[in-house]
Amino acid sequence: MAEKFDAIVVGAGPSGNAAAYTLAKSGLKVLQIERGEYPGSKNVQGAILYADALERIIPDFRDDAPLERHIIEQRMWVLDDDSFVGTHYRSDGFNKPPYNRYTIIRAQFDKWFSGKVQQAGALLICETTVTDLLMDGPRVVGVRTDREGGSIYADVVILADGVNSVLARKAGFRPELDPGDVALAVKEIHFMPEEVVESRFNVADGAGVVIEMFGKITQGMMGTGFLYTNKDSITVGVGCMLSDFKAQQCSPYKLLEEMKAHPSIRPLLEGGEMKEYCAHLIPEGGYKAMPQLYGEGWMIVGDSGMFVNAVHREGSNLAMTTGRIAAETVIEVLAAGKACTAGNLSRYRAKLDDSFVMKDLKKYRELPGIFHRNPQFFTDYPELLNRAAHTMLKVDGIDKKTKEREIRRTFTRKRSLFGLMGDAFKLWRAFE
Amino acid sequence: MSTAIKIEEKLFQNRYRVDAGRPHIAIKDPDVCAHQCKSQQCTVCCPAGCYTAEGNGAIALITDGCLECGTCRVICTEHRNVAWEYPRGGYGILFKFG
Ligand SMILES: Cc1cc2nc3c(=O)[nH]c(=O)nc-3n(C[C@H](O)[C@H](O)[C@H](O)COP(=O)(O)OP(=O)(O)OC[C@H]3O[C@@H](n4cnc5c(N)ncnc54)[C@H](O)[C@@H]3O)c2cc1C
Ligand code: SF4
Ligand code: SF4
Repeated sequence: MAEKFDAIVVGAGPSGNAAAYTLAKSGLKVLQIERGEYPGSKNVQGAILYADALERIIPDFRDDAPLERHIIEQRMWVLDDDSFVGTHYRSDGFNKPPYNRYTIIRAQFDKWFSGKVQQAGALLICETTVTDLLMDGPRVVGVRTDREGGSIYADVVILADGVNSVLARKAGFRPELDPGDVALAVKEIHFMPEEVVESRFNVADGAGVVIEMFGKITQGMMGTGFLYTNKDSITVGVGCMLSDFKAQQCSPYKLLEEMKAHPSIRPLLEGGEMKEYCAHLIPEGGYKAMPQLYGEGWMIVGDSGMFVNAVHREGSNLAMTTGRIAAETVIEVLAAGKACTAGNLSRYRAKLDDSFVMKDLKKYRELPGIFHRNPQFFTDYPELLNRAAHTMLKVDGIDKKTKEREIRRTFTRKRSLFGLMGDAFKLWRAFE
Repeated sequence: MSTAIKIEEKLFQNRYRVDAGRPHIAIKDPDVCAHQCKSQQCTVCCPAGCYTAEGNGAIALITDGCLECGTCRVICTEHRNVAWEYPRGGYGILFKFG
């Protein structure tokens, strides 16, 4: 007779680990299944870790988690072909423990988190792909894996299986992803001595810098580039909507190569040794693209439920938070001696609605649509900004008043004054 | 500076455990690719260059370098001609850093 668990968690990324940890800690019998050789071996992130979400699960994570650098400076660059206009925000306030944001390397971080999950008492099996959900009528009662005799039963199955969620799709819980709702990101990691990272970015003592970029590097597509400092390496990558990659017939690795060759980016990577090239999807459709999140005997957490705030580049924290809240819901239902029916699990959705997760996603629900319909945010504006800066800063005997007029003229030539104001208004409404 | 790059050079840095003879992705109907799909977007959008257009319009798919991203399945919207599964547990891409 097959074994029965209180809960099965599919996937050992941040959402699955948060869920399994919370469940196991409360004393429930938890099985977690991961297809990778070890947790993290299939996973890709930029990667910024937001301390708050993890702190609520493992308050003393800083003691032994593999953290690369704490972030003290955020740069925002708007790039043209051979220039950028940017802002830097650097604060010593970010340089005082407990730090707020860190860079991490996912393969190492997920392995560490998984260690905590196992210490809490969950059973983890790796190198095992869940191939199907076992159904009893409309109810999910367990999973089938690609191992021999691989049917396992549980009161509830938590799908923490990431953006592609083959399982949710096969079971009809979610439709196929729309190319307009997902971004494809490609990235590389370049190793160099710690001192080089620190002198190049003007940091010391484990502090780090992140650069977020948009403009010409995405070649007219809706997307962003990023460059993050790790201890002795730099991560560089770019992500754009799949619908744009498809429409423009653009090769993702060529895009990355061209971005790396930008005169403002190339020197930062100089002398580094590239040791890995990754690609991964990011669900960016936001609130409007969210599927049903629970049902008879099942729940969806993390990327699988489209929990990403693309505007703020938050994903792993939403993954951890949704994983934790799903687990807390299950704990309450089982403690009350009830079954994991859709009705009883609906508390999950109610709790999410009450949390920053849904509040933030709801707040920005119009943004993906606005950016889709208004490509000028990624094309004309970056170019105009850079030209304006160039015109103002170039000392060439032309008076500043004339320059200002010229800048205003190029802006309105590209886009009518009415269009400019309309864009400002749309953005303000969406961010408001 | 030329930015020409062979994707093989990038993939060479990665670690894989290839499930020899058991590709996890397949083209459902090769004729659809060859005769009905005009844009053949899989040949440019796959970040690992797994799909190549043969001279005669046919598409060759070799999944050894696959990064398991899902792009090819999601963008084949007109014909839904990609049968896409994860590799067997433990096989496929093994990210060292991610
Ligand atoms: C390039 C990039 C940069 C990003 N940058 C940031 C950032 O800076 N900060 C941030 O907070 N977020 C960022 N994100 C988003 C973040 O990575 C995700 O939101 C987060 O990883 C989601 O966690 P998850 O646990 O839901 O899914 P995943 O991390 O994808 O984990 C899913 C797990 O399930 C396993 N799995 C899937 N299917 C099966 C199956 N059938 N059987 C067994 N196991 C299975 C997978 O192997 C995997 O381990 C970024 C994403 C990308 C791609
Ligand atoms: S996009 Fe789909 S139908 Fe077109 S060539 Fe590629 S796999 Fe075939
Ligand atoms: S899953 Fe991604 S890497 Fe693999 S073949 Fe499809 S597009 Fe290429």
